[in-house]
Amino acid sequence: MILKSENLEAWFGEAKALKGVGLEFESNTVTAIIGPSGCGKSTYIRCLNRLHEETPGARIGGRVLLQGRDIYGPEVDPVLLRRQIGMVFQKPNPFPSMSVYDNVAVGLKLGGIRKKRELDSRVEWSLRVAALWDEVKDKLDRPGTSLSGGQQQRLCIARALAVKPVVLLMDEPTSALDPISTARIEELLTELKKTVTIVIVTHNMQQSARISDKTAFLLMGELVEFGETSALFTTPKDKRTESYITGRFG
Amino acid sequence: MIAEQRGRTIKNVLMCSALAFAALIAIIPLVSVFGYVFLRGFSSISVEFFTSMPRPVGETGGGMANALAGTGILIGLAGLVGIPWGLAAGIYLSEYVAAGEKGAGLGGAAIRFGIDMLASIPSIIVGLFVYVVVVMPFKHFSAWAGGLALGILMIPTVARTTEELLKMVPVHVREAGLALGLPRWKVIVYIVVKGSLRPISTGIVLAIARVSGETAPLLFTAFGNQYWSHDLSAPIASLPVQIYTYAVSPFDDWHRQAWAGALVLILFVSSLNLLTRVILKPSGRAGA
Repeated sequence: MILKSENLEAWFGEAKALKGVGLEFESNTVTAIIGPSGCGKSTYIRCLNRLHEETPGARIGGRVLLQGRDIYGPEVDPVLLRRQIGMVFQKPNPFPSMSVYDNVAVGLKLGGIRKKRELDSRVEWSLRVAALWDEVKDKLDRPGTSLSGGQQQRLCIARALAVKPVVLLMDEPTSALDPISTARIEELLTELKKTVTIVIVTHNMQQSARISDKTAFLLMGELVEFGETSALFTTPKDKRTESYITGRFG
Repeated sequence: MIAEQRGRTIKNVLMCSALAFAALIAIIPLVSVFGYVFLRGFSSISVEFFTSMPRPVGETGGGMANALAGTGILIGLAGLVGIPWGLAAGIYLSEYVAAGEKGAGLGGAAIRFGIDMLASIPSIIVGLFVYVVVVMPFKHFSAWAGGLALGILMIPTVARTTEELLKMVPVHVREAGLALGLPRWKVIVYIVVKGSLRPISTGIVLAIARVSGETAPLLFTAFGNQYWSHDLSAPIASLPVQIYTYAVSPFDDWHRQAWAGALVLILFVSSLNLLTRVILKPSGRAGA
């Protein structure tokens, strides 16, 4: 087990968004977090890389353990932690006026890697793992924003992978993409999990069923059910899970 | 039904023409100023105007080389003051105050209010201020004082355009930087600000265009100089002050020179405005 949360709580000011969520993520698996809008699923993964606390007025309770170590411990630097836990966002967000190459290399460059050869090989590796290399190898100096939406999202995946995280968080990474780009990313995820542990938030239950090993169902900030994806979708233990996956609400 | 529709069509045509007429009237001053300055100034523009020094009264000819150089020096000094301060204030307002940083609330609001106030202070008051804090203690007019006055006038323009442009960078771009394990200051400098450098530079160019025609704050700071000077602690000539001095003189030749100076100034300022269009034109290449 690489990552786990214990009784995780999160607030925005006085509003409590998470009410004690405990989940465990095993190495080299894909875990999907599903639930209706506003159930706290994005907030949950934003607590896993300490991005939640960047929002003014936000705070958390409980613990998150990465390889057994509490990431909210006093000696942990959130900046260094985030190099181990990468993130891909809902909207493709390549850095403005940066080339394809620089988008992938920027985390390394600003992290202190200067050697051209090392940068080159890491950029190529990241783009290959993100299944984008063949499409962009001849236009590495073009702006990242000149790529198509699906390519931009894979560029963002490559950017996150370049700093070699052990966990990759994905916040509805395909919700802004067309079905073909979505399919490419889903294919990619099954390859990616050989390299990193993936936690993906999705509002698309079919997607969760297609790509994840385990699924967690959140409702109004509470964990309703967590288990093997096949079991959760075929024989849900909780009434609310059943209503949700059969489309009775949400 | 049909009558009602015709009534609406007629009203529409009437209102449209009224607005077009008003828009036309609004640009009449611009066109006439340009036209008139061009007519009066064009014939006096020559190579000599750019390369020669002013001649004593009674001798015809001569030019404004000292004033042109002086304006260049003053703009340079103003940039040294206005650009870093304006950028720093703009970045602070966008990245710390607008982003809701703890403890930045009240002080930040005060700074933003102060910058708005500064933008509306008449430039002559800024000149008086610099006169009191720089010219009086050192007991002489100087290029430094003139540059400082113009620099102070640049700050609000640079700060507010920088703030507005940085606020247009989506929050998720900043979060992507943080999520890569970059410290906040690196995200701000290398991703947010660097990504907006092109539009920010247009804000700087506009601020320069604004101050390069300022006359009042220079009258008692840089003062003016009939001779060539690049001594920054001595009074220095500038185009607007030279135009003013020549225009109020009783000599025809000086009047011609003033018109020529006015034309050069107006062309300089408009070409700066055009430059901002060129800067903002997407080039299709990265890294700008």
